[in-house]
Amino acid sequence: MGTENQGAVWEVFIQSKPGQPYKHAGSIHAYDKEMAIENARDVYTRRNEGISLWVVPADQIVAVSSSESSSFFEPADDKVYRHPTFYDLPDGVKQM
Amino acid sequence: MEAKVKYYLEIADNAFILSHRLSECSSNGPFLEEDLAGTNVALDLIGLAESVYNEAAKINGKGQSGDDLAYRRDEIDYRNCLLTEQPNTDFAFIMTRQFFMDVYNYYFFTEISKSSDEFLKAMASKSLKEVTYHLRRSSEWMIRFGGGTEISKDKAQKAVNTLWKYTGELFTPSPCDNELRESRISVDLNTVKELWDQKISEIFYLAHLTKPENNYQMIGGKSGVHSEHMGYMLAEIQFLTNKYSDAKW
Repeated sequence: MGTENQGAVWEVFIQSKPGQPYKHAGSIHAYDKEMAIENARDVYTRRNEGISLWVVPADQIVAVSSSESSSFFEPADDKVYRHPTFYDLPDGVKQM
Repeated sequence: MEAKVKYYLEIADNAFILSHRLSECSSNGPFLEEDLAGTNVALDLIGLAESVYNEAAKINGKGQSGDDLAYRRDEIDYRNCLLTEQPNTDFAFIMTRQFFMDVYNYYFFTEISKSSDEFLKAMASKSLKEVTYHLRRSSEWMIRFGGGTEISKDKAQKAVNTLWKYTGELFTPSPCDNELRESRISVDLNTVKELWDQKISEIFYLAHLTKPENNYQMIGGKSGVHSEHMGYMLAEIQFLTNKYSDAKW
């Protein structure tokens, strides 16, 4: 079979442990939701990578286009005062 | 060979031979994700077969290993059902064969997790998680075939019609099966059949597929009388052990 007719592209997000954020793992092809979550499981969680999965149709993701990226992100470049770098983090905080 | 060893071999051979059929599709799947998914199922099944072969070899006590049982027997000594050895024809056929076996495995292992035999009980409880996933996947494929295009529905129905005659053997107890019933080591295949029928009806209803009217059934695998495909398959499976009799891995 050729590269056409493999279904739509879905983006896969894996949660590695309870409480952790879901991280983008890659993408898969599938024809429907059930197939998408199962293909994600079979492709990306074969080696104990996760305890939970999200799949999202790639065409449903809204992204910033590269031509817009400078107007979106560069204004933050010269505003270092927005970083809370002058606070000491309590020892109990594991993730920040 | 005592009845229990034969019964173990029935279970192991079903998993081993079906696993080999699936492994033949490795790298030939319709697309990458399906290729991996199918190969995952093959791996689950060979893992299951290996543990049962090892235990059977131990009980048999003739100094053989699990690998010896898997790779160094004659065709007539393999006890797998005819359904598992049917060749890969097309994707609908492969998935329908899988679906019939997954439904069987699901209810068979559910029953055998209540066996009086400690090993079978533990093995079944472990396998059920894998088998539950296999069944979920193949059921969805059946529904997808039926609700897909005219061609996909037609191919699935053809596969059902062709393979139906091999499903009765799953529920036909062998002599060793009957012998182990009283001690509650083996399970009542009538119970498994009832549940199997229900599940098939449920999925067929959702998939707009029909059970064949013709209920002619073929049996033989459990007593070593296999279809013509089995010899070719074993020639490939046993190539390495035949050529290198002292091979170790």
